Amino acid sequence: MPRVTPQAVPIEVRGLVKRYGDLVAVDQVDLTVEAGDVFGYLGPNGAGKTTSLRMMLGLIRPSAGTVRLFGRDPQLSVEALEGVAGFVEAPSFYPYLNGRENLRLLAALDGGGSASRIEESLETVGLADRAKDKVGGYSHGMRQRLGIAAALLREPKLLMLDEPATGLDPGGMRDMRDLIRQLSASGMTVLLSSHLLTEVEEVCNRVAIVRSGRVAYQGRLDDLRAQAGEGYRLRTTEDGVARRVAEAQAGISEVRPAPDGGLTFSAAGPGAVGALSLSLVESGALIEELSRRHATLEDLFFSLTEGDAAGSPAAAPAPEPEPAKA
Amino acid sequence: MNPGVLTVYRWELRKLRAQKRTYLGLGAAAIVPIIFVVALVTQNGQPEDVSFGRYLHSTGLAVPLVLLLFGSVWMFPLITALVAGDIVAAEDRHQTLKTILTRSVERHQIFAGKVLAAFTYAIAAIAITGAVALTAGILASGFNSIVSLSGTRVSAGEGLGLVGLSLLFYLVPILAIASIGLLFSTVFRNSAAAIVGTLMFSLLVQLIGILPGLGGLHPYLLSTQFNAWQGFLRSPVDWGPVIRALWVCALYAVPSLIAATLVFLRRDVAGD
Repeated sequence: MPRVTPQAVPIEVRGLVKRYGDLVAVDQVDLTVEAGDVFGYLGPNGAGKTTSLRMMLGLIRPSAGTVRLFGRDPQLSVEALEGVAGFVEAPSFYPYLNGRENLRLLAALDGGGSASRIEESLETVGLADRAKDKVGGYSHGMRQRLGIAAALLREPKLLMLDEPATGLDPGGMRDMRDLIRQLSASGMTVLLSSHLLTEVEEVCNRVAIVRSGRVAYQGRLDDLRAQAGEGYRLRTTEDGVARRVAEAQAGISEVRPAPDGGLTFSAAGPGAVGALSLSLVESGALIEELSRRHATLEDLFFSLTEGDAAGSPAAAPAPEPEPAKA
Repeated sequence: MNPGVLTVYRWELRKLRAQKRTYLGLGAAAIVPIIFVVALVTQNGQPEDVSFGRYLHSTGLAVPLVLLLFGSVWMFPLITALVAGDIVAAEDRHQTLKTILTRSVERHQIFAGKVLAAFTYAIAAIAITGAVALTAGILASGFNSIVSLSGTRVSAGEGLGLVGLSLLFYLVPILAIASIGLLFSTVFRNSAAAIVGTLMFSLLVQLIGILPGLGGLHPYLLSTQFNAWQGFLRSPVDWGPVIRALWVCALYAVPSLIAATLVFLRRDVAGD
C-alpha cells in the first residue's frame, strides 16, 4: 500500500444531496475513497458528478449531507483542501496571462513550496515550451494539461479530476492515463470522473456508478467485471417454447429475449447449461446457437446508468439495444 | 508564509496590469485633462457659470478643480465602475472562481483583495487626472494665485495644497461608487450589467437631486458629496459638507461592501 496519512480517509461523503428547486441533482450520495485508490466516479452527463465534485471541493453548499476530506469539512475552510487539488469541469485560467503566470498566481495563493514546483509541473504535463504563451490561445487539451500542472503544484495526496480525458485526442488520453498511473504509483489517491467507463477502466481499482444523482453501484472494479462476465445466449427453432423451458429449469435465471432474436440467460454453472440443452431437445426446441455471452463491462455500465431498474446494482447484464452514448 | 489578503491584492493588481480595460480608464483619466487644456488654449472663452471657471486662463490651479466638477457627472464614476464592476464578474466570465477558490486562500481574503484593488484603481485614476490637469494647466495658464469660493485670494503654494486636499477628499465619494460597483459586480456576475448599473445608479441619484420637491434629500444624495471638497476652498474651511460627506458616503459604501461580502461568501460557484 502507498504511504499516505493513515488516520482519516481521503474522501468520505455521507448522504450528500443538492437540490435546485424541484430538481435533485445529487440524491443521497455516499462515497468512500480509501488511501491509494484510483477511484472512478462514473455516470452519464447530467448524473450529478460535477455537482458532487463541486460540493467536495467546497465550491457549492450541499442541501444536505456531509463531505470530509481527510476528516475535514471543505465547507468550513480551505484548510480542508490542504493536500487536495484538482479541477471541476474544464479547468479555467486567466486568458490574458500566459501559462506560467497563471501557475505563479495559483502558487502564490497556495503559499508553501508551490512556487518552487512550477517548472517541474510544466515539464510533467509537457507544457514547458508553451508556458510563455497566453492561455487564451491554448487548445482544450493544453488547458486540461495546465489544469493538471496547477493541481500538481500543491503536491496533493488527493487529486480530484473531473472528466480529465474529455476533448483529448487518443494520444492525449493515453498520456493522461500514463500520468494518472504514475501519480498513483507515487502514492497519490486519485478520484476521476468520467461519462465513459472505457476511458478509466484501465486505471481505476474502484468505481462508483451514478445515475440521476444516485449511486447505482459502488465497489471494486474487479467485482463489477466478474458480474459482467456471466451470461449465455441461446437461439432455437422455437424460442417461445425455449423460454418456458429455460424459466422452469433449475439453475437458470434471468431469462430474457435478446433484442436481435433468441434469448439470454444466466446460469449457476456449466452443469445447469448442459441440463438445459437436454430439456430443450426433449421439448422439441432445437438448438441453433448456445454460447457464452461475453457481456462487456460497458454493457453493464450502460445497464446501470440507463436501464429502467433504478437502484438494482446486482442487475445481470441485460444488453441494451443501442447505447445512446457515442 | 501563508498567503492572505496582501497576496490576493498584489495579484489582482498584476491582473489589472495585463488587461486592456485598465488602460482604457487610466488613459481617459490622462487624456481628458489634456484635451480640456488644449481646448482652453485654442479658445478664448471659458465656462463662466462653473465654480473656478473664470480663473482657468489666469491660473493652472483652476484646471483640476473644474475637471473635478465636470468629471463627477459620469467620467469618474464610469472609470471607477470599469474596474469595480468587473473585478468580481470577470471571474464568472472566465469561470476562474473555482480555480482560485480551490487553493489556500479563504473567500473573504479573495474578496478583500479585490476591494483593495478596485479602490487602488479608482485612486490611481483620480491621481492621474489631478497630476495631468495640474501639469497641463500650469503649463498653459501659469502657477498663479487663485481666488477661493469666499472671494479671498490664496497664494499659488497654498492653492496647490488646497487642490491636493480636494483631490484627496474627492476619493471619499469615488470609493463609495467603487463599493456600489463591487456590489453590482458580485450580485450580477456580469461586467457589463455591473458597470452600466453603477453608472445608472450614479446618474439616477443626480436626477433625484434636480427634481423639484425633493430638496430635503439633497444633502444625503451621493452626487452631492462630489462637491464636498469645495468646503476646503472657503476661508475659513467649511467643515459642514466635508463631515457630512464622510458619513453619508460611509452609509452608501459600508452596507454595499457588507452585502457584497456576504453574497460572495455564501454563493455557489457552479458553472452556468
